[in-house]
Amino acid sequence: MITFSSTHLIYLIEAARWTLLLSVLAFIGGGILGLVLALGRVSEHKPLRWLSAAYIQIIQGTPLLVVLFLSYFGLSILGLDIPPIAAAGLSLTLYTSAFLGEIWRGCILSVPKTQWEASNCIGLSRAQQYRYVILPQAARIAIPPTVGFMVQIIKNTSITSIIGFVELARAGQIVNNSTFQPFITFVFVAIIYFAMCYPLSLASRHFERKLNVGK
Amino acid sequence: MSVNEAAGTRPRNEAVPGAEPIIVVDSVSKSFGPLQVLHGVSLEIERGTMVAIVGRSGSGKSTLLRCINALEEINGGTIKVCGHMVSMSDRASVKRLRSEVGMVFQSYNLFPHLNVLRNITLALTAVQKKSRADADAIAHKVLGLVGLADKAEAFPEQLSGGQAQRVAIARSLALSPKVLLFDEVTSALDPELTGEVLKVMEDLARDGMTMVLVTHEMAFARRVADIVVFMHQGKVWEAGPPAELFADPKTPELRQFLSSGL
Repeated sequence: MITFSSTHLIYLIEAARWTLLLSVLAFIGGGILGLVLALGRVSEHKPLRWLSAAYIQIIQGTPLLVVLFLSYFGLSILGLDIPPIAAAGLSLTLYTSAFLGEIWRGCILSVPKTQWEASNCIGLSRAQQYRYVILPQAARIAIPPTVGFMVQIIKNTSITSIIGFVELARAGQIVNNSTFQPFITFVFVAIIYFAMCYPLSLASRHFERKLNVGK
Repeated sequence: MSVNEAAGTRPRNEAVPGAEPIIVVDSVSKSFGPLQVLHGVSLEIERGTMVAIVGRSGSGKSTLLRCINALEEINGGTIKVCGHMVSMSDRASVKRLRSEVGMVFQSYNLFPHLNVLRNITLALTAVQKKSRADADAIAHKVLGLVGLADKAEAFPEQLSGGQAQRVAIARSLALSPKVLLFDEVTSALDPELTGEVLKVMEDLARDGMTMVLVTHEMAFARRVADIVVFMHQGKVWEAGPPAELFADPKTPELRQFLSSGL
């Protein structure tokens, strides 16, 4: 009879590195694409607005699981043999960008119209208005919902176990299958997830204080 | 440095033979949907003068100011500023206008995430491509002109309304505009704070800045403005030197407006 031991704990922690890596991929890819989408949604050009809205609607209306299947199995059927990490990174990027894009659009729109007028009147170009006046103010408003969504993403990376990733949740299952001690195993899994999410919440509070959100 | 030097304007009321008025508004009309706000407004503003536009709420005076500064598209007529046609759809024209005209708003519209100094230097560095040091020097000068030399590091939320509005004036002034537009700049202020803002405007007028203000401060308009324009129902009803206009209103509408004690 195998009992839960430090070896298992180390195994879980090592698996958590996948969770972290996948989350970081999602934040970076999703963050960049999300910003492009948010700007597209509030663009002066109708086709751009339309395209980004359509993208967001489609991705938000599709389960992450299906996006993952499509990018892993679907693309390989089309002859594009992509490694699991690329498929997972791609799916998480698509998924994250659609939600961050919509969250950030709201933040951009919540900057008062008078800020646009004042910055227009001193001669800033539209790109300069975004860079110096609108986005810095939108960023303050964006911190709480963005961090909230990032915490969701960390937990959602468990779905990649379906294409073979042994990340934290999957590693928990494997440990449980050999120890038959689900309670202690998953308590540790939960603690490790918490240890990854909690610092984000702390950082969020820190930045909120620093930027005086809601003033 | 005087305001005059900072703004690059002519001394006040100096006759410029044959010079075109700095702003020419010709038969301008403007509608918001079915609501027509301006009905063929014509107005000429000479260099170095202060023109006060007065009238009831809804008379179209703020809209006229916003049309002059290409914040609203006009539906008919023409507006010329410094000899150039103003058109919202023509980027080059708007860009040139921005370098010639400054505007101050009722709600100050300072950038809350930037301190006073950066509020003023932003356009100097980003638009006029001045060095940080040059921009800072200009900012300190204009802050001195509005009496807030010690507030450079403060953030907008730490200022009183009167101080915030003076910073907003300094921000416009820093860009050396040829014309300054003031849209009810004292309407959001407590009565005891309006004085400090009006004083800055009076200093600017004395130094020859061309100014157009939409205002409810009748006593100020009467004392300081060169020309007072009375608007009513989207039209200019009367315009002239305040002494004449206030003493001898030609239309019953102006008489009624003046007697309503605004």
